[in-house]
Amino acid sequence: MATETTEAAGVCVDAGGSALGMPQLCADWMPNQIFWLIITLAAIYFVMSRIALPRIGAVLAERSGTITNDIAAAEELKNKAAEAEAAYENALVDARAEAQKIVAEAKAEIQAELDVELQKADAEIAAKTAESEKAIAEIRDGAVKSVAEVAKDTAKELVSVMGGSADAKTITAAVNARMKG
Amino acid sequence: MATEDKAEGGLVFHPLDQFIVKPFFGDGPVQWYTVTNVTIWMGISLLAIVGVFVLGSRGRAIVPSRIQSIGELIYGFIYKMVEDVTGKDGVKYFPYIMTLFLFILFANYLALIPMSYSPTSMIAVTAVLGFGVFICVTILGFVKNGASFLSLFWMSDAPAILRPIIAVIEVISYFVRPVSHSIRLAGNIMAGHAVLKVFAGFAALTLVSPVAIFGIVAIYGLEVLVAGIQAYVFTILTCVYLKDALHPHH
Repeated sequence: MATETTEAAGVCVDAGGSALGMPQLCADWMPNQIFWLIITLAAIYFVMSRIALPRIGAVLAERSGTITNDIAAAEELKNKAAEAEAAYENALVDARAEAQKIVAEAKAEIQAELDVELQKADAEIAAKTAESEKAIAEIRDGAVKSVAEVAKDTAKELVSVMGGSADAKTITAAVNARMKG
Repeated sequence: MATEDKAEGGLVFHPLDQFIVKPFFGDGPVQWYTVTNVTIWMGISLLAIVGVFVLGSRGRAIVPSRIQSIGELIYGFIYKMVEDVTGKDGVKYFPYIMTLFLFILFANYLALIPMSYSPTSMIAVTAVLGFGVFICVTILGFVKNGASFLSLFWMSDAPAILRPIIAVIEVISYFVRPVSHSIRLAGNIMAGHAVLKVFAGFAALTLVSPVAIFGIVAIYGLEVLVAGIQAYVFTILTCVYLKDALHPHH
């Protein structure tokens, strides 16, 4: 091929510079394309396998590693948050129970105190009532006696006024019988 | 590249002139070592790949820059494809498949720049890619599995009478693989660019130029799709062939 010396335009080209047939099938041009294709492919392969692909692979691996780590960290934080929330809930429940206990205790204490006070008050009231009743009974007794006396005196006076004489004994007996009746 | 209008009167189409290989510096015959337009555009693909994957990922950032995330996206896409199709043990061939994918992808897309050259439209280029995959995969199959690699062609779950016939068909289809593998890519790219050129030729006619220009836009959009899809198809077929080599038993 190299030795074929035609005009400057080349082998598969006519005098006007147009292609004779399909340039794809021009055998004289093929070694050139094949040679340069192999050079190009070797260069691309070299650049890819030595530089570009390991680098991009490393970047992708690093990125997926970072993402995985971040997701794991987020998961951990989420768990922590859930834990904290659970602890908070627990504390809340405990506090509520405590509060209820305290309330119940206080209630019981107050109730006990109240009961004692009430009993005391009841006893006092009872004592006062008894005293008063005694006093009233005394007063009543006093009153009844006075009434009887007054009645006797009055009856004696009445009898003497009306001209009768009456002994004190009879009058007293009569008045007593009346008063009982 | 550009169609020269020689005659005023008639339309002159040279849709294939864009594929002519010529020395980039000066004139002269195309030797095997000559720096040609093919060489230049392959070099530009290489530089673009280096730009995206080496310069773009220079920061090694956990939060990627825009270019770095493009590189990571392509890396993840191809890595997952290799892993899904060939399995875990195919992952060590990932750099080779990545190289193929990137070369085809970048060459395809850079070829869509006006006045550019499309190395992947050349049969010689895609044949090297296709047959390279074929030969590597076949050798790998025999090295990994020994003679049991041939069980790829022997359908043990087919009826006994059909097995030899299926084996013949399987062998033929196995040897057609590299041809279809390479011609699919070159044919798609070449056809697309040639059609663009034909529409461009029609654009010189005042009467139909609006239609022609609309056609160019439409075909260009299609070619943007084709450029990506063909790179994808080539790569996934490579993965499938690799899977056959690693696990020939169905």
